Amino acid sequence: STTSSILQSYNSQKRTVAVDEYFTDGSDDCGNGRERFNICQTLWEKIKMDTEVLQEELNTKILDSLLDFIKRCTSSFQSRTDDWTSHMRASEIPTAALVLGVNVPDHDVTFQSLSELLRKSVTPFAVSVQAKECAALKNLMQKVLERLMGVGVTLEDDEEDTGIHLPHKKVSCSVSALSQWYKSMMKTRAIKSPDKTGGSENGFSQSPPIIVIFKDFEAFNPRVLQDFILICNRYIQELPFIFIFGIATSPSTIQHMLPHSVSSLLCIELFQSLPCTQHLATVIDKLILTSQFPFKLSSKVLQVLVSIFLYHDFSVRNFVKGLQLALLEHFHSQPLSVLCCGKNEALLYAQKLSHQDVEMVRQLPSFMRYVENREPQEQVHLLTSDEGVREVCQRFLKDLRKYHKNYYPVLKCLHSLTSSLPKYPLGKQVRGLALIRPIYMSTISKTLVHYLLGHVMYRLLAKDELVLSLRKCADILKPDKTKKMKSALQQLENYIAKFEQLDSKYFFFFFFFFFLNSTTNYFKICSSAISLLRSYLTPPELQPLNEVCYYSSSGVLRRHLNATPRTSIQTALSHPFYYLQNESLKTDAGTVSNSAPDICIAYKLHLECGRLINLFDWLEAYATVTSAAEGKDPDSEDFGKVDELKHARFIQAVSELEFLGFVKSTKQKTDHVARLTWGGC
Amino acid sequence: MLAGLQCPGYPEAKLSSVSERLPCREGQAGTLLALMGEPEQYCFPSIFIYGHRATGKSHVILTLLKELEVPHAAVSCVECVSAGLLFEQVLLAMFGSESATLLPRSPSLSDFVRIYRQFCAQEPAQQTRYIVLERAELLRDMEANLLPGLLRLQELVDDNVTVILLSEIVWDKFRPNTGCFEPLLLHFPDYTKAELLQILSLDSNPSYSPELYSSYINILLGVFYSVCRDLRELRHLAALNFPKFCEPLEKGEAKESDTHKLWRNIEPHLKRAMQTVYLREVSSVQWEQQQMEEKEATALRGLSAHAHVELPYYSKFLLIAAYLASYNPARTDRRFFLKHHGKIKKTNFLKKHEKTSNHLLGPKPFPLDRLLAIFYSVVDSRVAPTASVFSQISSLVTLQLLTQVGHDDQLDSPKYKCAVSLDFISAISRTVSFDIVRYLYDFL
Repeated sequence: STTSSILQSYNSQKRTVAVDEYFTDGSDDCGNGRERFNICQTLWEKIKMDTEVLQEELNTKILDSLLDFIKRCTSSFQSRTDDWTSHMRASEIPTAALVLGVNVPDHDVTFQSLSELLRKSVTPFAVSVQAKECAALKNLMQKVLERLMGVGVTLEDDEEDTGIHLPHKKVSCSVSALSQWYKSMMKTRAIKSPDKTGGSENGFSQSPPIIVIFKDFEAFNPRVLQDFILICNRYIQELPFIFIFGIATSPSTIQHMLPHSVSSLLCIELFQSLPCTQHLATVIDKLILTSQFPFKLSSKVLQVLVSIFLYHDFSVRNFVKGLQLALLEHFHSQPLSVLCCGKNEALLYAQKLSHQDVEMVRQLPSFMRYVENREPQEQVHLLTSDEGVREVCQRFLKDLRKYHKNYYPVLKCLHSLTSSLPKYPLGKQVRGLALIRPIYMSTISKTLVHYLLGHVMYRLLAKDELVLSLRKCADILKPDKTKKMKSALQQLENYIAKFEQLDSKYFFFFFFFFFLNSTTNYFKICSSAISLLRSYLTPPELQPLNEVCYYSSSGVLRRHLNATPRTSIQTALSHPFYYLQNESLKTDAGTVSNSAPDICIAYKLHLECGRLINLFDWLEAYATVTSAAEGKDPDSEDFGKVDELKHARFIQAVSELEFLGFVKSTKQKTDHVARLTWGGC
Repeated sequence: MLAGLQCPGYPEAKLSSVSERLPCREGQAGTLLALMGEPEQYCFPSIFIYGHRATGKSHVILTLLKELEVPHAAVSCVECVSAGLLFEQVLLAMFGSESATLLPRSPSLSDFVRIYRQFCAQEPAQQTRYIVLERAELLRDMEANLLPGLLRLQELVDDNVTVILLSEIVWDKFRPNTGCFEPLLLHFPDYTKAELLQILSLDSNPSYSPELYSSYINILLGVFYSVCRDLRELRHLAALNFPKFCEPLEKGEAKESDTHKLWRNIEPHLKRAMQTVYLREVSSVQWEQQQMEEKEATALRGLSAHAHVELPYYSKFLLIAAYLASYNPARTDRRFFLKHHGKIKKTNFLKKHEKTSNHLLGPKPFPLDRLLAIFYSVVDSRVAPTASVFSQISSLVTLQLLTQVGHDDQLDSPKYKCAVSLDFISAISRTVSFDIVRYLYDFL
């Protein structure tokens, strides 16, 4: 029956590999796979939704101001009067320069919500175009017209007929065609809604503007853009165009790309989005530095993700993708991650831990550390009784939750206190990363806290500032409902009150008295703050059972997210054993076995050459090596002789190397190839 | 003023109204009329009119044709993404929509000529037909036979038709190397200051006296004439700044005769306008708003004030490396990036042609290998050659901070140029505390 079930599962796998089967088919058979998968799914859904909401919130400000601008332009189109100024003024196309930062892939979300917003509240005629679909002016025109009118637009010189004849008559690809279409649209609209209120059925204005969004302004061909703007400007009296330029670098690119004769046709207003670092800071603050999600990243993993962001791409989207990968990896590779869920479920799972699971718990380093510090009697109990472990686990899970609830508010307090200091002893970024790093990694030493708080007090001699920053801390602590936090808040508020009592009208006169008087208070605050920090900011690695919630394999994450194709190819060529895992290929470092694949031998031989490689010499060397691999007698006649087969194999290996970019043919010498890499010998 | 335009065959009244509408262009209009001759007379096959922007080329020719009710087709070549659209629009204007539908898909010049002849036979020209092509320089980018064909269209279609080409470029830049029919050249010179004054004074504000407006235009030209002679732009600027000029009058602080007071009020304002709104650093709407709110001190930040670009850490260093590779001779890399380069003084390896500054000569192309070599030596930590380092190079290209030179095989060591200024790169290197000047050959 086992074979049949295996076969069945094999068959079902062949048909469709359901996603959750990747979880259940792992090495463990404890049956938690499906649960883990479900937890992972729900968590991811939640995180995804939260990030989307967050992104929308962050974009609201810029989108609102943009919408305002567009509405203003629309109304100015309609109230176009015949007075002197408007007659005299050159007609300009209203243009919004939307500076979004260099992380171009992130812009998609912004543009999507922007066009949704526009379609909802301003105009049905909003189209967006990308540079890659608009290599020439006619492509750009075609795309704009197609998306506006919703019909196929024929380009005159399309070579082949598409075969589908649209019921519409041929629409030529010109703005005059668009103008006619727009007029007829407005006429039908006017018939549909004859009321004179000015607004029509969707709340759009009488003549809704035509908005063209250029998603990646820099990537456009300047000539195409210039011509397009020139054409649109000719029709501005009939068609209320509004442009939106999505700019990745800086608004001065507009002046670089458009000559004065063209840019003078635009009425450009600037809109700047939040810097992406601030964006990330918010995401980290809301998604990671919170006790809301049971899943946590270890400091090293977080560091990998953040350094990819800071050093490589500035892309929040990729950061969230990385978070997703970590989440998947955690639930896939850690069987005990089944305990990483909501409080009640986790406790329930903890009660039902199987013997195998309990064994795994005992293997956890944090658990082992805990056991070591217990009394011998209890140690025996924990190592022999499964029930004991289950009970302890439940307690640990509760403790872990409490720990997190206290940890993050205190962390934020510390940050808000230190972020106003000069030299930023714990890092200046709001994202609090630099802050987490030293704290995550080592226990807070007493001297550090002394230094910090001494510094805080010293810098904040101005009492008002001190009170202000303490108030900020109080604000951070306020929403928390745990008992401990409440008492901490109480304490803090007492201090604030005391400080305020010290207030006096003659602050300057009595400055020194105050200083003397309040030193006692400083010390009090110091010591209590130290104890507060020390009790709440212990590193998570010391918490028992932290492995359940914390994902810590930073290496795996780095390998996946920051791939090194060159290194992999070179490893494959110089150490084929690494990938093929064939015993006969195992060699000492720096050498390649004779029986390695042809390309590896050719690669190894080419490393010994200079910039130009004589193909014949290379072939001879290759033949010698492969003859040795065939086990021929080195003294025999045909040892190292080149036969047709070897010749063909050699040529194939060389062309493979050429394909991988290691050699190329050269015109300097016809029977030579040039190396494209350095070093090696 | 001249005695007015004269041309037999056209009614006097119309001619005088035309000449009224073409101030300061009587000479050119007269020449054109002379060329056109009487309505039914054949005209020269093709006329090429050139002159700077806003010197009245289209205005003169279109006013003439419209006022005198001459059959004509006016097409702007910038709108014609293909020759077919050009043909379509010409036929549409000449013979109505029926003719345009006869054009096959992607029509050639001979299709156009065939259909033209077909319709021309049905309704032969009573008077000369004109085809006006604005921005004719774009015709050069279309099919090679189009421009020579249009130049002798009269001959090809055997009809009384004249093609008038308008362009900002001189004819010498048009002439195909295979040779072609030479059109008649007609130059429209720039308006002089007096002419500009005369034309701009024509559209005076109805609420004020023409003299006041004329004195305003005089002040405006005094500021802007040295930088801008574009009539359209000047008119725009005049409209934008006129409310400010009238402000003392509105408030009752000055009378129309206080020219000096008015001048003192408007002159600095116009100077500021020249640096901002004329360059479109500040949009016209923003300028007007600012004028209304009278917030003179808090000047709006122009577009080029936002030059700062936030880049990922390695992108910054890649850009720095690209800048160094573009502006340093490759021979000097040893000097800058090798630890024990020995003492090499600048004079020792100075070559003759390198005495001029590399910054004056502009960026030079460099291969990818050199970029990466410099990158690895300037970046302070060990960087794995990951895929994202390479993709950052191509993102820099799409952001137009680097440009790729040549379109050779991508696998075959692509070449790049750095496209940013010294100011920009200095700002970037400051953020990563890298002293770029120490590494630049020009500043050694």
